[in-house]
Amino acid sequence: MSKNDAPRTDSMQTLRKVLGIIGRYRLLLFASILLAALTVVLQLYVPILFGDAIDRIASTGSVDFAALGSILMKAGVLIAISSAGTWVMNMINNRLAYQTVKDVRAKAIRQIQTLPLSYLDSHSSGDVVQRIIADVDQLSDGLLLGFTQLFSGIITIVVTLGFMLSKDVGITIMVLVLTPVSFLVARFIATRSYDMFSKQTATRGRQTAFVSELVGNQKIVKAFGHEREASAQFAEINDELQHYSQRAVFFSSLTNPGTRAVNNVIYALVALVGAWRILAGDLTVGGLTVLLSYANQYMKPFNDISSVVTELQNALACAARVFELIEAEPEPKDADVALVSRGGTVDIKDVAFSYDKSKSLIEGFSFHAEPGTKTAIVGPTGCGKTTFINLLMRFYDTDKGSIEVDGQRIVDVSRASLRRSYGMVLQETWLKNATVRENIAFGRPDATDDQIIAAAREAHSWEFIRRMPKKLDTVITDDSLSQGQKQLLCITRVMLCLPPMLILDEATSSIDTRTELQIQEAFDLLMRGRTSFVVAHRLSTIREADQILVMRDGRIIEQGNHDELLAKGGFYKQLYSAQFAGSAE
Amino acid sequence: MKKLLIYLRNYRKESILAPLLKLAESLMDLFVPLVVASIIDEGIAAGDNGLIIRNFVLLIVLAVLGMAFSFAAQWMAAKASVGFSTKLRQALFDHIQKLSYRELDNLGTDTLITRMTSDINQVQNGLNLALRLLLRSPFIVFGAMVMAFTIDVPSAIIFAVAIPLLSLVVFGVMLLSIPLFSKAQGLLDRLLGMTREILTGVRVIRAFCKEQQEIDEFDRRNDALTRMNEHVGRLSALMNPATYLIINIATIFLIQQGALRVQAGAIQQGDVVALYNYMAQIVVELVKLASLIITIDKSLACARRVQDMLDVEPTMVYPAALSQEPAADGDCVRFDHVSFSYAEAGDSVLTDIDFAARRGQTIGIIGGTGSGKTTVVNLIARFYDATAGTVAVDGVDVRKYPEGMLIDKIGIVPQKAVLFEGSIRENLLWGNAQASDDELWAALATAQATEVVEGKDGQLDARIEQGGRNLSGGQRQRLTIARALVKNPEILILDDSASALDFATDLALRRAIASLPGNMCVFIVSQRTSSVRAADQILVLDDGELAGIGTHDELMGGCEVYQEIYYSQFPDERPRASRSGHGREAIA
Repeated sequence: MSKNDAPRTDSMQTLRKVLGIIGRYRLLLFASILLAALTVVLQLYVPILFGDAIDRIASTGSVDFAALGSILMKAGVLIAISSAGTWVMNMINNRLAYQTVKDVRAKAIRQIQTLPLSYLDSHSSGDVVQRIIADVDQLSDGLLLGFTQLFSGIITIVVTLGFMLSKDVGITIMVLVLTPVSFLVARFIATRSYDMFSKQTATRGRQTAFVSELVGNQKIVKAFGHEREASAQFAEINDELQHYSQRAVFFSSLTNPGTRAVNNVIYALVALVGAWRILAGDLTVGGLTVLLSYANQYMKPFNDISSVVTELQNALACAARVFELIEAEPEPKDADVALVSRGGTVDIKDVAFSYDKSKSLIEGFSFHAEPGTKTAIVGPTGCGKTTFINLLMRFYDTDKGSIEVDGQRIVDVSRASLRRSYGMVLQETWLKNATVRENIAFGRPDATDDQIIAAAREAHSWEFIRRMPKKLDTVITDDSLSQGQKQLLCITRVMLCLPPMLILDEATSSIDTRTELQIQEAFDLLMRGRTSFVVAHRLSTIREADQILVMRDGRIIEQGNHDELLAKGGFYKQLYSAQFAGSAE
Repeated sequence: MKKLLIYLRNYRKESILAPLLKLAESLMDLFVPLVVASIIDEGIAAGDNGLIIRNFVLLIVLAVLGMAFSFAAQWMAAKASVGFSTKLRQALFDHIQKLSYRELDNLGTDTLITRMTSDINQVQNGLNLALRLLLRSPFIVFGAMVMAFTIDVPSAIIFAVAIPLLSLVVFGVMLLSIPLFSKAQGLLDRLLGMTREILTGVRVIRAFCKEQQEIDEFDRRNDALTRMNEHVGRLSALMNPATYLIINIATIFLIQQGALRVQAGAIQQGDVVALYNYMAQIVVELVKLASLIITIDKSLACARRVQDMLDVEPTMVYPAALSQEPAADGDCVRFDHVSFSYAEAGDSVLTDIDFAARRGQTIGIIGGTGSGKTTVVNLIARFYDATAGTVAVDGVDVRKYPEGMLIDKIGIVPQKAVLFEGSIRENLLWGNAQASDDELWAALATAQATEVVEGKDGQLDARIEQGGRNLSGGQRQRLTIARALVKNPEILILDDSASALDFATDLALRRAIASLPGNMCVFIVSQRTSSVRAADQILVLDDGELAGIGTHDELMGGCEVYQEIYYSQFPDERPRASRSGHGREAIA
């Protein structure tokens, strides 16, 4: 029992939060529900008026034009009101849905900017994007509109029953009893087709996988002259899919005609019984018209409601995911004090840090960098060199100990002032989908073109920017630049700001020799006179560093300069000789 | 477009019967109001119970017949549409197999995959719906009007006015909102792109303290999307109330008119009920028709895209038979002043490449990214045709080999180590379907991959998951080398295919290949000088031109590009004198 209660209270909480979110639109929601009720009742009442009107046209010579006129007039007014009501309701629903979506998204994007990186690092970006885009849409569509639909569906059923009862109790009961038959038919067909559908889905999945694999690597298929085998293999899956698909498509398309047939039978029964009732004097022809049109309409809200309920459940799940994001704990509040930069001394004092608090990673780490010195961070791939960057930039806070810049603890100054004093070039280059100019001036939007071009010259990026179709105005897309060029642009971005300290990430492979040389030159120029931390892959960088931090498995295991570390004969020596010896035959 | 219809050829009978059966079903529906009118006017008016029951039975018969027709129609439609899409899918797949590298480059594999999967599914859906419903809805709408005319002409005039008005509203709203919908979708895509950008760039954004600027930009796009959505919403908000208004006002006129006609003795009360029922049928079908047309329009667009793919002609032509016997001695591969560019008017990727490789030689190809290394080996296998000059294998121009014959001589290990879902054996047999297990193991041994296979449960039968994701990069690479060796090729091409191997394995691999019996000609493409150092000839490519050719020692003596590459990888060997000419000092 209690197990069932838990999700329900969760759903209630989510619902309450949704109501909280729509806040200032609550009046709109209320108006929408009110209008839904009004229009449903009116729309159901109009057929009754038509029935009454038809009763006034009994036979030649006995048409009651006066009564007819007033009934039709009344119908006309109600129709006009109901149309206007529906229109206003639609407009309100639009506003409600779209404004909520907008507000929730705006809230989410603000939240992202304040979330600790530990949250963002532990959620894939695809997952977060899904929450902000698709889930929010689902929340508004399913939850807000679903709610009004559910409400008007229920009203429709209740009011229809009421009107039918007012016309003829017996026929109403008959319709009520027979209605479930069409559900049974629908259910019967659904269970039959489900089996075929899951087979179709599975086979289609296999086929898609096969197509992505083979067509995705078509060049290899060609290189091995494998075309004929591939076609034959494809034909096999394709024929299997045909078999299941034909049946799945067929079975699923039976639902409508099946339920329609049941409805037609109910319709015939209403006509038969209605005729008898008229003969017995218990019903009028107009009344029968009303009952006949209701008998057809009565089914629709049931079908709607069942789909709306699924939709609602789905929307609640999406809403919960959205709230999980929006309500995640943001970064602890920032100090107001700005960092006062005095040359760039960095002190790391007895720092402990780990991502997973149950496993220790870095402990008792101390380190001192004089202004203008170069520190190289080395280690095999995956040794956790980014951890160091995370701590310096305060993307993550230390668990113990402190990091100081120019004598100020970095937790005592604002994150913005700390981060502004570092220039960062990462190996995973990130550029905006915007013009070259916007990308270079990212950190200094007021820079003039001359300044931008000067920075680009120094960073060797001007050589390729110059050759782009619109130079600085060229919009950068994902694959318009090579990896090396992207890195040069990222360097240019920092070159324009010239902060007192630097964090650089040397590129590993996939960049050709010439570009690598240019990157190296740009790095060297940047580093002159600045306190620099370089994730290093090149021997020359490491050898010329003032200090080297050797990392392995996320820990800092050795520190010193090149000669000291070699003399020590530890892991660094191993690493150094492996890299050096590896390149000789 | 029409060309696609040939794939419906085998289902001609079904494609004609399905809509006809559907019409028969709707005809049953159209009779219903007439029967009800007869119950009211003849049965009730005359108190004829027998007539009422007979009419009731008729209604039941109509319902059952309608269902039977409909079921038959659904089966025909399902058979025809699924059969059609099956044939079309196979035809497209077979067509893709015929395309050459040039077309594959132009089209892009992602596009081809989308055409093969979601586009064809969409076409199947559209065809199925069209067969079932495209005739039905207009038939009911106009059928209802025709029926109304048979009952009473003056009353039916109201139908003739209401139907065009309704169509105007329904189709007008749809037509106006479709382009707006796609605009809104475009704005949504951009918002999505920006969200992803913010997430992937979170470190950079925070490093530059640009959080607020990103929020502002997001807000701008969010506002634009919301405004567009509300704009479309205002339009579609009209549809329901407007159709409701028209149909009910029409009903008022209809009843008014009916009253006059009954008073005049032209029709009876039951006829008015029948007219009223016909009016009710119209609006449902019009809305259905409008949404059907949107679906069909979408699938027509998909069909056009599929057709475009089928219209792409393979540019590579092959002779039916060899006109000249390949020479068993002499040069194995020869480039005679070969130039190449990917696009017609594009920049040259290779310019005037001229070299000859003899049987049994190992040829190294080295150069920076984009220098044209891979293009050289692609021309050997005739994946592309040279723009100028000739490439000859065994003394015969590669363009004179019939399809498949040249590929049989060449074993390729591509840059990207791709394996396919299936057993290791199935993957290796790609090289040669007839190879015995012993031959497979021999190839694995040469490729330094014996331990990879021995370490797996089931050995050669071990499953490789899609994309080989249950193997490491180095394991995949060694298996792709083995796959090429199983072919026992005359020419082996290793296209930068040792990049995931450590230096020791790379060396062992090259030694094992060198010690293979026979006279295999081996091409090794690499960025590492260590991989090509021992080659008989090294081609040094720089921006598509041959900057040098010779052995390692010869090139170290005279080829500046080669020296630059070499010293960048072995900085300690750089002579002091040349060092100042490069790097840091140059900008000081």
